[in-house]
Amino acid sequence: MNFAYYPGCSAKGSSSDYESSTQAVCRALDITLEEIPGWNCCGSTPAHAVDTELSAALCVRNLDIAARQGADLLLTPCPSCLSNLRAAARRMEKPAFRQRVNELLDAPAAETFPEVTSVMQGIARQIDRETLAARVQTSLKGLRLAAYYGCLMSRPSELMRFEDPENPLLMEGLLSACGAEMVDFPLKTACCGASFGIPERAMTARNSGRILELARRLGVDAVVTACPLCQMNLDLRQKQAGRACETSFHLPVLYFTQMLGLALGLKRNELGLNKLAVSANGLLEKMDNLRRADAVEGGRS
Amino acid sequence: MNDAIDISHVRDAAFTAEVEARSGQKVASCYQCGNCTAGCPAGFAYDMQVSQIMRGVQLGLKDSVLKSRSIWMCLSCSTCSQRCPNNIDVAAVMETLRHMARKEGHITVPKVEKFWLSFLNTVRAFGRSYEIGTMVLYMMRSLRVYTDVDLAPTAFAKGKLGLLPHLTPGGAEPVERIFRRYRERAKREGGRP
Ligand code: SF4
Ligand code: SF4
Ligand code: SF4
Ligand code: SF4
Repeated sequence: MNFAYYPGCSAKGSSSDYESSTQAVCRALDITLEEIPGWNCCGSTPAHAVDTELSAALCVRNLDIAARQGADLLLTPCPSCLSNLRAAARRMEKPAFRQRVNELLDAPAAETFPEVTSVMQGIARQIDRETLAARVQTSLKGLRLAAYYGCLMSRPSELMRFEDPENPLLMEGLLSACGAEMVDFPLKTACCGASFGIPERAMTARNSGRILELARRLGVDAVVTACPLCQMNLDLRQKQAGRACETSFHLPVLYFTQMLGLALGLKRNELGLNKLAVSANGLLEKMDNLRRADAVEGGRS
Repeated sequence: MNDAIDISHVRDAAFTAEVEARSGQKVASCYQCGNCTAGCPAGFAYDMQVSQIMRGVQLGLKDSVLKSRSIWMCLSCSTCSQRCPNNIDVAAVMETLRHMARKEGHITVPKVEKFWLSFLNTVRAFGRSYEIGTMVLYMMRSLRVYTDVDLAPTAFAKGKLGLLPHLTPGGAEPVERIFRRYRERAKREGGRP
């Protein structure tokens, strides 16, 4: 199955590990991602914080490229891109708004755009639980994980239409199909502090710290994310978050695609695990030990 | 006569109407339950809690609302909108207020605006965001040169910061043109681009 694909900027920079693991997992699941040519940044939060029409114009240029490619579904890994693309498409339904945005573009945009959804939902649409379970090479059994969605994946709910907006379970579904034990994680849609890490560090450190603290109390082996910025706040900024909570954390924070990749038996270097600021080596060792124990047991019976 | 509650001299009914029109939200239906404030992750950094902002809008307290720190510290996480029993998109109201404050030249937390503008500058210049570029530009705009230096070694070692901007293939000109038209129009219409 082929999908048009909008990687978003972080895929090419701070979250190249999300990108490589997304590509690897999709390939393994026979999903082909076709990057739309000449895409540009959606403008992220700064654009809509500054001006709705500017933000829409940046998004619509990409939607227009996808429409002209004849795509009927566009996938993106980044919830922030997804939210912006969807909000822009919705606003373009109003003729007055459409006209203001068209004025900013080289040529008026296509009348209709393809539907946009996340890579996670794209995978779940293509592969059902049984099929995924049947593809598992290295079970995640014995690992306790917290699924963390962040705020944009499910909100605003009428725009994102992502399950129960306060308690989504899609990631739990995918990872439990691979054998993992998923804890009930009450802060799964709480905000981590967004890009305020740069101008106002306390905002991000406190909010991310609260999330990490809860995960630690629940005794998880790792936190699993779907958003490049969430991942950066919880991983690269983990020390800052620890300082804000007067403690120090050591919790690996992986993308759900990296976790899926491990289960599908993909090469670890393909999954970009070396890019994590908090090393996942302990987690990998635990996994290896668990599977070795299985093998011994299997041999005995 | 109680001075503390005499607010007649600061009430601006046109302001209330403008916020409702621009945001498309019926602020009047807020009954001050406080759900939005209870769930707001940024509240600790606010000078007026988000439910107080809503009340301020209802009362037409234009100055206190548009000059508040809160509208700049809002994370746009939409927790408030999700939990409002009256289905008000509270986050959209916050965003509208930020746009209006910028238009009127009230930038209560300049460093947040500086960060956004430097981010957008890199997008304008390269078509895609250029993380290290955003950081450097931001530092130059705000002179907070120590921003995140503690992260830089790990970030570089892990290849988390692109040393080179990711140029949109085919050049960044189409994106540059969007920004140019946007700026020209904003100038024409008398706003702050
Ligand atoms: S939201 Fe982030 S990842 Fe998405 S395109 Fe924009 S900067 Fe890039
Ligand atoms: S980075 Fe933070 S703000 Fe962005 S989606 Fe993730 S939780 Fe929300
Ligand atoms: S959108 Fe802003 S006001 Fe609403 S809960 Fe999030 S941070 Fe608070
Ligand atoms: S949740 Fe809604 S009704 Fe309650 S205070 Fe906030 S805006 Fe008003």
